[in-house]
Amino acid sequence: MKSLFKVIAVAVFSMIVFAAPGFAADTVKVASAGVISGDLAPYGISALRGAEIAVEDLNAKGGILGKKIELLVGDDVCKPEVAVNIATKLVSDGAQMIVGHVCSGATIAANKIYKDANLLIASAASTSDALTFTGEHPNFFRTIANDGAQAILMTDFVKNELKAKKVALIHDKGDYGKGQMELVRDNFEKMGGVEIVLFEGVTTGAVDYSAIVQKIKRSDAEVTMWGGYHSDASKIVQLLEKKRVDTTFFGADGIIGDNFTNLAGKYAEGVYATGPNDTSGNALYQELSEKHQKKYGEDPGTFFHNGYACMQALAAAAEKAGSLDYDAMRAAMFEITVDSPLGPIGFDEKGDVVGAGFSVYKVIDGKYQQVN
Amino acid sequence: MRWISIGLGLAVTGVIGFFAVRELLIDPLYFFELFLGGLTRGSIYALIALGYTMVYGIIQLINFAHGEIYMIGAMTALIVASVLGLWGWNTAVIAILAFVFAIVYSCAYGFTVEKIAYKPLRHAPRLSALISAIGMSLFLQNYVMLAQTPEYLPFRTLIPDFHFWEPYAHIITSVELTIIITTVIVMILLGILIKFTRIGKAMRATAQDKVMAALLGINVNNVISATFVVGSATAAIGGVLIACHVGQINFFIGFLAGLKAFIAAVLGGIGSIPGAVLGSLVLGISESYFTGYFWSEYEDVFAFSILVLILIFRPSGILGKHDAQKV
Repeated sequence: MKSLFKVIAVAVFSMIVFAAPGFAADTVKVASAGVISGDLAPYGISALRGAEIAVEDLNAKGGILGKKIELLVGDDVCKPEVAVNIATKLVSDGAQMIVGHVCSGATIAANKIYKDANLLIASAASTSDALTFTGEHPNFFRTIANDGAQAILMTDFVKNELKAKKVALIHDKGDYGKGQMELVRDNFEKMGGVEIVLFEGVTTGAVDYSAIVQKIKRSDAEVTMWGGYHSDASKIVQLLEKKRVDTTFFGADGIIGDNFTNLAGKYAEGVYATGPNDTSGNALYQELSEKHQKKYGEDPGTFFHNGYACMQALAAAAEKAGSLDYDAMRAAMFEITVDSPLGPIGFDEKGDVVGAGFSVYKVIDGKYQQVN
Repeated sequence: MRWISIGLGLAVTGVIGFFAVRELLIDPLYFFELFLGGLTRGSIYALIALGYTMVYGIIQLINFAHGEIYMIGAMTALIVASVLGLWGWNTAVIAILAFVFAIVYSCAYGFTVEKIAYKPLRHAPRLSALISAIGMSLFLQNYVMLAQTPEYLPFRTLIPDFHFWEPYAHIITSVELTIIITTVIVMILLGILIKFTRIGKAMRATAQDKVMAALLGINVNNVISATFVVGSATAAIGGVLIACHVGQINFFIGFLAGLKAFIAAVLGGIGSIPGAVLGSLVLGISESYFTGYFWSEYEDVFAFSILVLILIFRPSGILGKHDAQKV
């Protein structure tokens, strides 16, 4: 009995060892990586679905360079350490270009692997300045405007439209949130006329935020700006309201979308946030939204159209270069203009998108509506 | 050595006292608000820490799955409240039923976890039971994530804003007031249970000497189960209250809350019930003041520093009994 058990155990393990992936020679393997489980999943799933539908559309037209596209999917749960493992796995699975990741911290960590493997990466959602301004990520492109552009929009709006004199800057200590608030702080300092009364980080997922809310109240900030994601933001917004603190809450694209308005409910009313331009007038945009509705039975998420544009851009670069060679494709990325759902877009020498930007939204009647 | 520690202690107390008095004089309202915020936070820690400390007192086990029991309480309340809300029931009835269901479910989970994960290991080395507890914690987290959802869920508060409290709402919200009052009531009831009832007496006897208690006719297994049930009930109350306070839950909320409550229990002297309450209040209030007067970035660093400091000078916690034991 015992030896039978051993034989079975050995058999099972050897199956695991020998179950190597079969190689299909004539497909182009594209990997889509990002956060698709955990509390930030809505962001990653929206980008992934964009890539999925783009792959379907491209395959219907014959794929890339005459080869069909095969999509590999990786989940980094928004953690840099997991992202590195996922990137290694995708590269060893034979990925030839990458759409992703979503969280900036994860993208920065994973890109060490992609850069060494000479792969182009296009992200739908990573907005950190570190990705394009430091020159350390020459293989990186994105279809969303960077935090720098977003920070300028935020500071201008707070100063000129909201006419605030005192602002509190709160962040979640992460790459994305803290980076965003540091840019905002630098911009305010350059512009002058607005006093930063508070610059603080909070622990994500903490039991209670009442102390920081009291602190915001004591600082008399007219506007409280938030760098981080929607779940902590909604806790803070609720406590601000419950403690009757008179301040306007202003976030970045981390709190844009229905996730935030659903979570915060009535407390979301009047909250400002910046997010990608509303390009819903674009014909392709509308067509894709309908496809998404048909395929998944719901409205597209925040980064769906950006994800679609990433896949389009990579495919267009490969076609233009005439091969999947890294240097040829990278050179082609700077020359292409893509008719994307975000309008015609291209890329500047740093890898940032040209032709897609941010606007300011406000929650009115439970929905984000564009105000500028 | 002794004089050095006393001198150091006095110096630290003096510096803290000086700053506290100065801040109190500069802005008394803010000082008071932070105190109440800390009291609320401490109350929640206390409700969870009780479960840790009671279980430790009886079977010397750190029940790491306790934070998950707290999370399951909040989840149950959310499900009950949503269903009853759809049926259009009265708000007060919903609130009471949500609490009752949360307590019943959490107790059932606490009871079952003990039977499955700890009872078979009662005579095994202590480390085995500890690993079993960590495994149980991971299992429950992932189970709720898969059975429910990984996303944050909005938790519409079960406790309405009281009208008569409106003038003071900017100092302390209705929910926070409810949390503090509920905690005090739970503490009093628990005190009565332990001091004056048969099961309480049996618990104390079992905690002192399991073998002797069994020889005198106490069913030790039942007493241990009862301890888990009582601990789970207080955790469930804490779970529902904090969910009302912050307005959202997910499968992971038990981790950080459980960790903080565990620190509080160790701070106060693990195994001691008044110690757990005192430790929780000290932790909650000092975290609140630290965030309020210094930097919230380092709030957790500060919480752990307090723990380290207290354990250096009083290795068994503020109210803990002296006996050398390894966790």
